[in-house]
Amino acid sequence: MNPTRKRRLIVLSLVLGAVGVAATLTVLALQQNITYLYTPVEVIAGKVPADARFRLGGMVKAGSIQRASDSLKTGFTVTDGDADMAVEYTGILPDLFREKQSVIATGRMQGGRFVASEVLAKHDENYVPRDVAEAMSKAHKKHEVNAPNAASQ
Amino acid sequence: MNPLVLWFHKLGSPPYFYRFAGRLLPWFWGAALAGLAIGLYGGLVLAPADYQQSDAFRIIYVHVPSAWMSLFIYAFMAVNGFIALVWRIKLSETLAMAAAPIGAAFTFICLATGSIWGKPMWGTWWTWDARLTSELVLLFLYLGVLGLHQAIEDRRQAARAAAFLALIGIVNLPIVHFSVNWWNTLHQGDTVKLFGPSLIDSRMLWPLLVMAVATKFLFAASLLSRARVDLLELESGKDWARQIALAEERA
Repeated sequence: MNPTRKRRLIVLSLVLGAVGVAATLTVLALQQNITYLYTPVEVIAGKVPADARFRLGGMVKAGSIQRASDSLKTGFTVTDGDADMAVEYTGILPDLFREKQSVIATGRMQGGRFVASEVLAKHDENYVPRDVAEAMSKAHKKHEVNAPNAASQ
Repeated sequence: MNPLVLWFHKLGSPPYFYRFAGRLLPWFWGAALAGLAIGLYGGLVLAPADYQQSDAFRIIYVHVPSAWMSLFIYAFMAVNGFIALVWRIKLSETLAMAAAPIGAAFTFICLATGSIWGKPMWGTWWTWDARLTSELVLLFLYLGVLGLHQAIEDRRQAARAAAFLALIGIVNLPIVHFSVNWWNTLHQGDTVKLFGPSLIDSRMLWPLLVMAVATKFLFAASLLSRARVDLLELESGKDWARQIALAEERA
């Protein structure tokens, strides 16, 4: 390799290395700030400043959904397996919202309850055809196992 | 010299590449169109509906291959940019710059289809989570490379400046890919895994893989077509380009 090319190769590799290190440090520094959501256990541990607007993520607890008969108000419990949190929301819920579904609610704490202004449903990475899902839920019922992620619709 | 290395050196010469790409092109276009037809038919008709999203999940057959291509093409562009900057190979400059608009198009398709899917499923068109934001940054990087390439008069200088930007932007690729593992995001994690079992039924998976291969061919075909035209323009004063122009005129 001739000296000019060698010099360019070295300079470019150094620049790339420096940019890589800078990006890694930025990503590490932003680890906290880029956190898209907090789980109930983190909220209870006090990781969220009081009065802050934040996103709460977790699963809708089975049997916890209560709809008001005269308005769009819905109450449900979000759980991460370790802790539960009561959530209150007034508005239209997304199609995927149901029991045992991962949801992300945006809002703030008001006296121990999380009052959400927006509720988004999170889709998981599993894609299952309907017949397989039905067969799975039948098998689960037969053996009295709880279906994972509400396989029955 | 080793025959393979010799062939590689020959390929770097614009007239040789022009003829070589011309011979490959019909095959690449054919493979791309056949693959897209099979993949789309398999995905939109043959694959069974998802148990919770029903038919809406079928957007995966456009969204996911486009997302893969947006990353793949960026890596291709950056590697060619690196070669262009160190070895000043004209062909690498041309290939890097010809890849940019194709990559930008795939990135845009990925963002648009994701948004269309997100509204009914998540309940929102857009959210600033790490995956969506880093993919948007990728689109801006592509547009920046294109803009910089257009902004400088001298074509070769322009290509090298844009290649440098493309090269720096490569740090974004691991961020896009691993964002769903590093942070809590609304976007789900990887369904199709290179190592270990994929989290999708095999009847749904095969059209997705066909689409992934078909989009590679689509990229190769449109890249070679664009690169041939760019090379002719770049070398318009040279003998070989003039001969091709004359032959076209006679035909």
